[in-house]
Amino acid sequence: MSTATDSRGMFGLALRRFRRHRLALGSAAALVVLAVLAVAAPLVEAALGVDSGVVDLFNRFAPATAAHPLGTDELGRDVLVRLLYGGRVSLLVGLVTALAAAVIGTIVGLIAGFYGGRVDGLLMRFTDGVIALPLLPLLIVLAALDLEKVGLPAAFVQSENVSLYRIIAIVALVGWTTVARLVRGAALTLREADFVLAAHAQGAGALRIMAVHILPNLISPIIVATTLSVGSVILLESVLSFLGLGIQPPIPSWGNLLTNAQELIWTAPALAFYPGILIFVTVIAFNFLGDGLQDALDPKAMEGR
Amino acid sequence: MTRFLATRVAQSVIVLALMSFAIYALIGLMPGDPIDLMISADPKMTPEDAARLRALYGVDKPVVERYANWLMAALGGDLGYSRLYAAPVLDVLLPALGNTLILLGLTLVLSLAIGLPAGVVAALRPYSRTDYAINLFAFAGISVPAFWLGLLLIIVFAVILGVLPAGGTETVGGAGFWDQAKYLVLPVVNLTLASVGGHTRYMRAAMMETLRQDYIRTARAKGAGRARVVLGHALRNAMIPVVTIIALQFGYLFSGALITETIFAYPGMGKLIFDSIMGNDFNLALVALLFATLVTLVGNLLADVAYAWLDPRIAYR
Repeated sequence: MSTATDSRGMFGLALRRFRRHRLALGSAAALVVLAVLAVAAPLVEAALGVDSGVVDLFNRFAPATAAHPLGTDELGRDVLVRLLYGGRVSLLVGLVTALAAAVIGTIVGLIAGFYGGRVDGLLMRFTDGVIALPLLPLLIVLAALDLEKVGLPAAFVQSENVSLYRIIAIVALVGWTTVARLVRGAALTLREADFVLAAHAQGAGALRIMAVHILPNLISPIIVATTLSVGSVILLESVLSFLGLGIQPPIPSWGNLLTNAQELIWTAPALAFYPGILIFVTVIAFNFLGDGLQDALDPKAMEGR
Repeated sequence: MTRFLATRVAQSVIVLALMSFAIYALIGLMPGDPIDLMISADPKMTPEDAARLRALYGVDKPVVERYANWLMAALGGDLGYSRLYAAPVLDVLLPALGNTLILLGLTLVLSLAIGLPAGVVAALRPYSRTDYAINLFAFAGISVPAFWLGLLLIIVFAVILGVLPAGGTETVGGAGFWDQAKYLVLPVVNLTLASVGGHTRYMRAAMMETLRQDYIRTARAKGAGRARVVLGHALRNAMIPVVTIIALQFGYLFSGALITETIFAYPGMGKLIFDSIMGNDFNLALVALLFATLVTLVGNLLADVAYAWLDPRIAYR
């Protein structure tokens, strides 16, 4: 590798390597397009001159027309606009949950990796335990809990968005393990680094060393793990919503748009296709993106290739 | 080895005990209780009757006390009665467990038979066209929503082509091995497609890491043939982490089984757990969830044993 490229610095190098990963690049573009369309859902709705909230029983299962580019659903609502509104919710839930899970995972991993020894053993046994559990059945129980019995105020429990907060909380509760393991592994190496020793020698406290000296060096694995976990979070949200336990109608999500699909499979198989393909494209794009970021940010990838 | 095994078994028992309490407490937090169900079945019941019944069945006691009572009964072999199926819990559970083990077993065999060779082939020529194609399929398998894939399989093979049944286990009246096998095809294919991608990726990563080792270079240098280096030296070492990961993935596979069984109306543990939670069948849900945890813990235990057995460098502590 020539020194000319090295002078561009770490981010320049990472960007250069990332650009070579065509799938990741394409995925990033696809995600941006999806996100923009989802954010612009009301504009699309207005442009088409339809109202996706209005039930029109005389216009059920309408084929694709200029006003309804993807036709209408079992209640005569525009499929395209409902997909876009569903995308808003699914993407938002995916990102927020992955971030929340990353925060939990970073804290657990940082503490385990920094202290090592017994603390590490205990925390990692716990993490392994969570990974090994049959998660979906447990998530179904968590999704079915009576929130008033848990002790949350009734006003909150009856609010319309409660299914949104609930799914974010329970998926984050089980989704932090990947980040925790990666962060722990990296922190375990870093605690032996000379600059950490120097910080110790200067009398810095444990909290300061973790936050100021170790955490900034963990940004790469955290970014990679978070990106990869957005995909699995969206998959979990969609299956729970599909089963009727996640996002509750009238809030649309890609998962709950498929809830009725199985009953309608003989009359309108196309309705079962669209939300699923959007979930698939989004998840695979996040996975390619994570893979590309891993190659780009991993210092080991600098040698060769 | 015995000491190592004993420690791991003891750990698993502790985890199971903790999980049984956690699940018991969680089930208690679900909407309604058995007395609410009785009230809804009998509109003439007064609040006093309900309070009396709550005291009689001990529903009003603190959760720790109720758990202790349940545990004593369970250890004595009384796992309770399923409300939904009107039968003792074990009578409902064991056939479902059998069905799920058939589904998971067939899936695991098929998915390993495809995923492991694919991973090895990809690792032998990294960043080639073949590797690229295999990776693409693996990523697709990891990213596809399993329930949607199930719907697509039903649309294609049951609705459009009409060659395979959309769900169930056998044609009414027309029992027989081949008839039942036909009903297994789509669920097994569904679950295999959803898990083969992961196996391929693990195998590829482990194999690439192994091929980079010095002893592989040594084997090549001393003139060992390509097949011998790959199969004799590299594959055996690469299998160590792969075996562990696959056994650790048992919980993941079980989650997949829940989706597949629900979509294809396949009467296994996953569908049973889902139906019992949805139908307020607390006894059944509790025991079914514990069985699911037990199955996964046994899977993890096997992973540890396999790891220790495959890799002599691990000290049996």
